[in-house]
Amino acid sequence: MIEEVFMREQVFLPIALVIAFMILLCLYRAALGPGVFNRVAAVNVIGTKTIVLLVLIGYIFDRPLFFDISLLYALLNFIGTIAFAKYLERGEIWSR
Amino acid sequence: MVEIIGTILPPVVIVLMAVGLFFMLAGAAGLLRFPDFYTRLHATGKCDTLGEVLIIFGLLLYHFFIYSPGAELSVKLVPVKLLFLIAFIFLANPTATHAIMKAAYNTGVKPWKKGDARM
Repeated sequence: MIEEVFMREQVFLPIALVIAFMILLCLYRAALGPGVFNRVAAVNVIGTKTIVLLVLIGYIFDRPLFFDISLLYALLNFIGTIAFAKYLERGEIWSR
Repeated sequence: MVEIIGTILPPVVIVLMAVGLFFMLAGAAGLLRFPDFYTRLHATGKCDTLGEVLIIFGLLLYHFFIYSPGAELSVKLVPVKLLFLIAFIFLANPTATHAIMKAAYNTGVKPWKKGDARM
């Protein structure tokens, strides 16, 4: 029990804060990056960092059911990036 | 046996998560500092995948050996979900990087050469 409190407050919380700070750094590239491809790549990176942040939040707040949200977020992030890449390459999403 | 696991495992978890955090920091620095689109994706596509998988693997060990004994079954089965998440990240993250890089190459984004300005 003491170990759990130690890990939660001394390990998981600082790592979650550093990941949140890295998301802020990547937001610079997503906002100002030249061209649309840099922006899409930065949004993809932010999404994959958010998956880890959600898992960590599940342990910090002692609610293990946050993992379902992170799984769903991983799927949505991947589908969104693929759809964006296809749209930017061909100019349409549904190819005939 | 349980005491050995209880003393050895928390440093292992902390080292795994610290190494993963280092890789993620390297990926973020590459995304900010490299000169063009392809090199930026070269940095983030590999570093982020490995870093996130290491962090989630450390959390899996933590959950399986420290967190879940004495809990109910729905909490004990969470590491299976974490294994699914690791497998999906290993498959999907390089695939997404490759897809968007191929889209950029086919629409004519030029690669950076030495001596060019930053793009």
